[in-house]
Amino acid sequence: MSAPLATALGAPLAQIWVYLSASPLLGLTVTLLAYQGAFALYRKAKFHPAANPVLLAVAFLVALLAITGTPYQTYFDGAQFVHFLLGPATVALAIPLYAQIKRVKAMFWPILIALVAGCLTAALSAMAVGKLFGASLATLLSLAPKSVTTPIAMGIAERTGGLPSLTAVLVITTGILGAVGARYLFDALNIKDHAVRGFAIGIASHGIGTARAFQVSEQCGAFAALAMGLNGALTALLLPVVLPWVKGWLG
Amino acid sequence: MLAALTQLLLFQLAGEVIAHGLGLAVPGPVIGMVLLFAFLVLRQGPGHDLQHTSQNLLSHLSLLFVPAGTGVMLHLHRLQDEWLPILLSLLLSTAVTLALTGLLLKALSRRAAPGGETRP
Repeated sequence: MSAPLATALGAPLAQIWVYLSASPLLGLTVTLLAYQGAFALYRKAKFHPAANPVLLAVAFLVALLAITGTPYQTYFDGAQFVHFLLGPATVALAIPLYAQIKRVKAMFWPILIALVAGCLTAALSAMAVGKLFGASLATLLSLAPKSVTTPIAMGIAERTGGLPSLTAVLVITTGILGAVGARYLFDALNIKDHAVRGFAIGIASHGIGTARAFQVSEQCGAFAALAMGLNGALTALLLPVVLPWVKGWLG
Repeated sequence: MLAALTQLLLFQLAGEVIAHGLGLAVPGPVIGMVLLFAFLVLRQGPGHDLQHTSQNLLSHLSLLFVPAGTGVMLHLHRLQDEWLPILLSLLLSTAVTLALTGLLLKALSRRAAPGGETRP
């Protein structure tokens, strides 16, 4: 391409870029494209847990934003429309839950005990390991709610002295780790019941684990949704009470 | 689909009102989920529209985490400084939580309902 032509083309292109990069259209479109591309790869990998679509889409988007020099806030102005749907989607989890009501009733006490044990283990073990390997206090407090779903975890971090946006990242990483690794762990421990597998995934790795569980079976997903909802509520109630005490112990 | 989506938003709204009105630490959508669950118990199940719309929404649940996940780029510095404790904490804690919850529920539910283990 000759130089004058490039400049002639370049000016309108630059103008279009300036316009588009300031509108929410681009952030939204690119999020949907990245996710669908990631999901196509996930399908091609025969739904292997390591090809997690959230992980692939996030990696692609971070690279894209870094290359184009786009600030996260500009991207989020568009992507917030997708982010917003987390609310109604959380409400909608009541429906698969209702479908499992008979099994939930039959397993009421085991579920309650496993919930309390899992909730405390998730928060305290994360802080203990972090402390052991020298994480800062702000990081420790951001780690505590890492096993509950993003909007709840960010709310807890805000109340307890963590960094909400760091918590969001830790929550999502936890979700991906659980979604990727749970199958191997359960197989090694000979845990076969889809209800039990789903419940443990929901406790340890919230919505991303639940999304993965729904891809495995309806029952697995429903129990993951149940565990995620219960753990979100219990963690939101317990952590603000337990953390000041733990903070004193951590020094 | 429109009616079902409105219904979901109304339950979320009710949840938010309760959460903020009573100053609860539990987020609005979770209370909304509990309210919808109670509604389904009373009505004995969701209508066709609500069932269908929720299924559509939940089948792409993973997508909804992508915008927040991309926020990782805001914390690259902290992650660079503290990647080892963070990674070990997330790995070990997630594994321990999965194993403990799974084994505990398996042991307890077997005692509660002998032979009740089913595989779909």
